[in-house]
Amino acid sequence: MDANTLTWLLLLLPLATAAVIALGTRRAAGLSALVSTGSALIMLVMSLLLLGVPEDAEIKPFTWIGLGEDVLTVNIGLVIDDLARGMMVIVTGVGALVHLFSLAYMKDDSGKARYFAGLSLFMFSMTGIVLADNFVMMFIFWELVGISSFLLIGHWFTKDAAADAAKKAFLTNRIGDFGFMIGILLVWVLTGSIYFAEIKGAVGGVENLFLLNAAVLLVFCGAIGKSAQWPLHVWLPDAMEGPTPVSALIHAATMVAAGVYMLARVAFLVAGAEAAANVIALIGGFTALMAALIALQQNDIKRILAYSTLSQLGYMVMAQGIHGGSEAGMFHLYTHAWFKALLFLGSGAVIYACHHEQDIWKMGGLRKRMPITFWTFAIGTAALIAVPFTSGFWSKEAILEAAAHADGLVPRVVWILGIAVAFLTPFYMTRLLVVAFLGKSRTEDAGHAKEVPPIMWIPLAILAFMALASAYLIGPLKATTPEHAVEGLHFSITAVLSLVGLAVGVFFGWKIYSGRDRDPINIPLFAHKFYYDEIYAGVVKVCQDFVGMTLDAIDRYVVEPLTVRAPALGAVGLGYVLRLFQTGNLQAYAVLFGIGAVVLLWCLVF
Amino acid sequence: MLEFIVFLPLFTALAILVGAPARYTALSGAIVNTVAALLVATRLPLNVEAPGATFMASSRRMLEKPELNLSFAVDGMSLVLVLLTVIVTFAAILASPPESKIKGKGMVKLYYVSSLLISAGALGAFLSTDLFFFYAFHELALIPTFLMIGLLGHGAERKRIAWTITIYLGVGSLVLLAGLLALFFAFGGQTFSFDALYGMAENSNPIAPETQRTLFLLLLIGFGILISLFPFHSWAPPAYAAAPTPVAMLHAGVLKKFGLYGLIRLALPLLPEGAAYWQHLILVLLLGNILVIGLVTIAQRRLDTMLGYSSVMHMGYVFLGIASGNVIGLNGAILLMFAHGISIALLFALAGKLRDRVGSLEFDALHGGFASKMPVMGVLFGFAAFASAGLPGFANFASEVLVFFGGFQPFQENPDAGLGLLQWTVILSLWGVVISAVYMLRAYRRIFQGPLIDSDSKAGFEDLSPGERVPVVLLLAVLMITGFFPGILLKYLAPTLDALTLFGG
Repeated sequence: MDANTLTWLLLLLPLATAAVIALGTRRAAGLSALVSTGSALIMLVMSLLLLGVPEDAEIKPFTWIGLGEDVLTVNIGLVIDDLARGMMVIVTGVGALVHLFSLAYMKDDSGKARYFAGLSLFMFSMTGIVLADNFVMMFIFWELVGISSFLLIGHWFTKDAAADAAKKAFLTNRIGDFGFMIGILLVWVLTGSIYFAEIKGAVGGVENLFLLNAAVLLVFCGAIGKSAQWPLHVWLPDAMEGPTPVSALIHAATMVAAGVYMLARVAFLVAGAEAAANVIALIGGFTALMAALIALQQNDIKRILAYSTLSQLGYMVMAQGIHGGSEAGMFHLYTHAWFKALLFLGSGAVIYACHHEQDIWKMGGLRKRMPITFWTFAIGTAALIAVPFTSGFWSKEAILEAAAHADGLVPRVVWILGIAVAFLTPFYMTRLLVVAFLGKSRTEDAGHAKEVPPIMWIPLAILAFMALASAYLIGPLKATTPEHAVEGLHFSITAVLSLVGLAVGVFFGWKIYSGRDRDPINIPLFAHKFYYDEIYAGVVKVCQDFVGMTLDAIDRYVVEPLTVRAPALGAVGLGYVLRLFQTGNLQAYAVLFGIGAVVLLWCLVF
Repeated sequence: MLEFIVFLPLFTALAILVGAPARYTALSGAIVNTVAALLVATRLPLNVEAPGATFMASSRRMLEKPELNLSFAVDGMSLVLVLLTVIVTFAAILASPPESKIKGKGMVKLYYVSSLLISAGALGAFLSTDLFFFYAFHELALIPTFLMIGLLGHGAERKRIAWTITIYLGVGSLVLLAGLLALFFAFGGQTFSFDALYGMAENSNPIAPETQRTLFLLLLIGFGILISLFPFHSWAPPAYAAAPTPVAMLHAGVLKKFGLYGLIRLALPLLPEGAAYWQHLILVLLLGNILVIGLVTIAQRRLDTMLGYSSVMHMGYVFLGIASGNVIGLNGAILLMFAHGISIALLFALAGKLRDRVGSLEFDALHGGFASKMPVMGVLFGFAAFASAGLPGFANFASEVLVFFGGFQPFQENPDAGLGLLQWTVILSLWGVVISAVYMLRAYRRIFQGPLIDSDSKAGFEDLSPGERVPVVLLLAVLMITGFFPGILLKYLAPTLDALTLFGG
């Protein structure tokens, strides 16, 4: 199979799968699940095959909108550089494992076929983002992942919370995409192109730096939405209402990382816009710290992980804004995808075993009952809190080192933020592990928990391997990494501080939470997530609902009387004259009117 | 061929009045017409040199002086609108209630005859190349609209609403008539033929710039009322809420495009100075459509008026494409006319089915959870809502992208000029994309998601029957095919619009 066919098949296979399930096999739920899972496994194989294809292989584009070269041509064109191929391995690798895990997790769900069709639709959309060679195509698939995310968060749509979360996720993302589209238009204005390769060549010649910075910031708005950065982060924790495998795939490993991927894709643009890059770094760093603080006080196992995802995404975004940090950010995206998917699937296994209990204070003592789940979860935790020589350690070091080595005030500031997060992450993850898995069972459900079946723990084991080893596989998997990423410990102030952070965090986490039955710490500001939801709900109420209602009233009682009723009143006189001819029977009148019109036309025609 | 397409619905209507079985006759007529329009599409050449429709031209002399012909011709732009008309007509007839459900003697015939008359009027208007018939065919289509709302509409207010829009649109038509007559006399009062007018405008426009401004404003108001341009929009939402389903589909989907078509076909090329002069006014008014009406749409408490307002809102995007005046924007504008026509017809068809079952379209009566009761309806409504909110995969998205790029094109040609009013309008209009997602998703959330309440779970809400699915799936398929492959339509539009804008300036 040549590169062209292979790449196109990789993109179209999941779309065909979703279509086959939607149109054909949806009544046979088991078959649908197998079709979808098979398709995901084939995609993984194709992504691995793609690694062996020469980078400059020609992939023929499809012209979506063609108004001529000098006017506007939008292609669906596929790019297979290392950045794209490395990302495809992550997407299809985690994707295939999540499909397998879902076979058991969603076994008895009444909407199983719909669920798997949604997963396949997601795989299609995500592949489109990764392989896109231009901004408009990326935007198309950007919106499509939004739809698939909407469908999957709202999978249990009869639950109010799930339906609301789906809507919230979609609308929050739309706000980000509003900026994204303006950014794309501005980039087009400045460089004359929507194609990444052409933009790269033209960006050096852009003289209007103010507009360029504005364009980059607006493009970044798309990433703020999709990667759930402050101030649009509010949708991601709510998205945990979706089935847990979906949280692992979409809301931890891949889709939420799309914003980071997009920034890496246009790293040359970001590099040319210094002020915008600083804003990106600051927003990333701020999100990382804010989310870590909120995670300290959450009790729902998935929400703790969700806030830790926000925090880690903050790291990655921060890296994109640091000069020379883009590769480090992508490296962290790559390692994070494996260990965060592991943690989410592990939490899924726990939730499954505890009969859909998600409160860590109602668990406890799971270590003995679910040993495989516990040990894999512990490995994932080790990678997340950056225990030396796990994959997460190398990638986090890479980001912090990049911040330490960049010049300027902003890199200093985000470096401090990053170090602070390195103290918090071990603390809240130790809290999670100690409360949920160690000590005594605090409820009956937790007391009766049993280890999950092999179809669920095998993906956990594979992911645990990747959580430890992925940093050493960057060569063959073409993961984008900074040079010298994994080559032994250096002595540096950053390395020392993050090791101190690890030790302090784990020590206090253990000390405070070991053997507790309820949380001894109570910080309402963190527990209530800095009250963002309440503030936003108020703003939306005032802005959209109040203004909408007011405008509606004006439309009804001012505009309509002036424009509709005034001419209507003026015509009342005419109406009296007409009334003389009216027979009183509207029906007869109607027929007369119609016949009259037809006869009139008839006479004119023949 | 074109005369056949225009007059076939009229003959079908006559046959029904004479006594042919209403539904089947209407359906066969609609099918034949759809096939005929597709045949025209296959035979339409793609190389266009002169502005204006010239293909498959036919002409019958009616008057010598001034020259008046019953003449038809087709080009890319009219073809796209003809396709829209025949497709929506077919779906509207399919979506009409079965004869057993229409109350009143003679009403069955009226139902189908009026749909066919609206269709014939729209086809005639889109294919005419003569000012007089262009106008007359549109009037022909308006009359059955009024009648149907008054006679077979929904709600206690329907008679009042029917009279209101009769008078309102009557006023609009009169302003338009005045504008067209003034145009006719400004060009010497010798001919009604588009081609002759184009010929005169192309060499050296005989109309002085000041006169062009006055004429353009007249046409803008006249067409604007028919299109529901802000602030002349308030007739539309109550009218669509009161109209029987097929009439709402045909009027919002097809007939409202007449005014937009007229602006592009006549006002832009014949009065370029006037168009340039009033560009800023159009931009301000279309922001009224998009932002003000967008927010008003959010505040609606009934699905039918919400859809009516959303249709008013989306007219703003078509105006945005027109106001940009360049090839990209105009391609977007016409593609959006097509996409919006199909998607609003789709939404009204589904809303009609929902009203048949629940008996009301008040959001208070639509308690939620209906997707568990009517899964197929839920899925199809979800698709329609996404299409209307401009999600990729549907033609609406492709056309909106073109409209936005069209608005930025003058800036791209001259980046030193900075953002002009046109670009700021594009930026503000983009916020409308968020607004339409808000009201569409809220409606979907309210009606279909969430738990089903007790009384609803006992009520006999049946899912869409296979027969009811046909028109909905047909419209959806058209939207998706043209959304995945907008080139199908753009290949006809682009050359036509190239010729039109090149000579317009």
